[in-house]
Amino acid sequence: MVNVVATGGVMVTGIIDLPVFQVALAYFFVLIVLIIVRFLGIKREKEIIISSVRMTLQLILTGYVLVYVFNNPNPMITLGIIILMEAFAVHTVFSKFRGKLSKPLKRVIALSMSIGTLSCLVYFLVIIVRISPWYEPQYFVPIAGMLIGNSMTGISLGVKSLLEGMNTQRALVEEALILGATPQAATKSIINSTFDAAIMPTINSMVGMGIVFLPGMMTGQILSGTAPTTAIAYQLAIMLGILGAVALTIILMLQLGYRTFFNKEEQLR
Amino acid sequence: MTLFEFIDVKYQNILDLPRLFIEKEKLITIVGASGSGKSTILRLLNKMLSPTQGRILFNNIDLSQINSVTHRRHVTMLSQNPAMFEGSIRDNLNVGLKFQDKSLLSDDVLLGILEKVKLKKELDSSTNTLSGGEKQRLTLGRVLLLNAEVYLLDEPSSSLDDDTEESIIQMVTEHVRKETKTLVMVTHSKAIAEKYSDVIIEISGGKCCSYRGCNGDRNN
Repeated sequence: MVNVVATGGVMVTGIIDLPVFQVALAYFFVLIVLIIVRFLGIKREKEIIISSVRMTLQLILTGYVLVYVFNNPNPMITLGIIILMEAFAVHTVFSKFRGKLSKPLKRVIALSMSIGTLSCLVYFLVIIVRISPWYEPQYFVPIAGMLIGNSMTGISLGVKSLLEGMNTQRALVEEALILGATPQAATKSIINSTFDAAIMPTINSMVGMGIVFLPGMMTGQILSGTAPTTAIAYQLAIMLGILGAVALTIILMLQLGYRTFFNKEEQLR
Repeated sequence: MTLFEFIDVKYQNILDLPRLFIEKEKLITIVGASGSGKSTILRLLNKMLSPTQGRILFNNIDLSQINSVTHRRHVTMLSQNPAMFEGSIRDNLNVGLKFQDKSLLSDDVLLGILEKVKLKKELDSSTNTLSGGEKQRLTLGRVLLLNAEVYLLDEPSSSLDDDTEESIIQMVTEHVRKETKTLVMVTHSKAIAEKYSDVIIEISGGKCCSYRGCNGDRNN
């Protein structure tokens, strides 16, 4: 059934309900992919099935949790969810680089993720969107998810590039130290290229937005009946928020992280 | 006058120097078999390494109390396999000054140092085409431009033919004496050590087995 709603004077058609049967039809795509990989002899059937089942269960569970959280707004629950999201994001980064991160670098990653995302989240919700009450989960949770998720991707790219740079350019860093450079000057080119590598996906996504693709949040809002202009306003604000959170997280990680490769005598570890 | 003093210094199981002096404004060479710990001594003097035990005094101050970056600007080192930075010969000559936040030098000065190290190249040319010996001379020039108080040179002529080696070492030692600097040089050549040094330190198995003043300086 299609609902027609009025939003800010603009008549838009409401969302088409998707009953379980119709959602189930979408698994036809999984079936097609499975047939193709089987036919081509690409041994990825197990991964495709596991990821589809895992995604389905995770989203169903998240749906029920969100229904409960939205119906029972509570500052402690909202904060608990944010802490859980941060912890999961940090854990994901750690697992990705298992055995390659020193303890000080792990501390820097956790600190940068927390400060970078939370400061931008508070600014976004309190100054830009001005939600009330401040812990309103309907806004807090999805926006935190977008900022934390994008920052997690950015910091993962940043850590990868930093580790590679410090590994492949170790001789140059050491030579710079020998010639009297501070650790910061000795690692400047690595830091700059790491920032580039980590921020580029966000910048590319901003460049293509609206022309190459319609972003997920905006599409979701439009599908749910929000006027495109309102959806665009939200999308613009959230993209700028994402840019801020990703950049701040990476800058903090780099400015604190490069030091972890040196000891207090400014020698390479 | 003592510039560096080693007191019961150990570095892992590589070096064990209960006592060692480096005199100010002298030309000191360190000789010894490969793997004996010669380069480790230079790296300790430059604070690229710190002793695992004992103390090193610099002008009677414990090195651990001195800021490492400031120290490295006074006591500069040419490592055995110095890295080249991306860019031209000019960039590589100026890079140390850039790291030390000093003013970059004019092309005339840079060409003068290239002549001193016997490298006939354009300042704009790339370093990618340089041979091992040319790179060694370029990095020697880069270090001399820093006008440091102490120069630590680790096998500065290892990639050079005999004639070039002799003239380069002669140039370096003359430069150091004229500017009244201190030079500590690791060399494989005992002949070079005998000819140009004030003091020869012989290292074997991480220990100082001979400390010989070539001009009657100090014997122990």
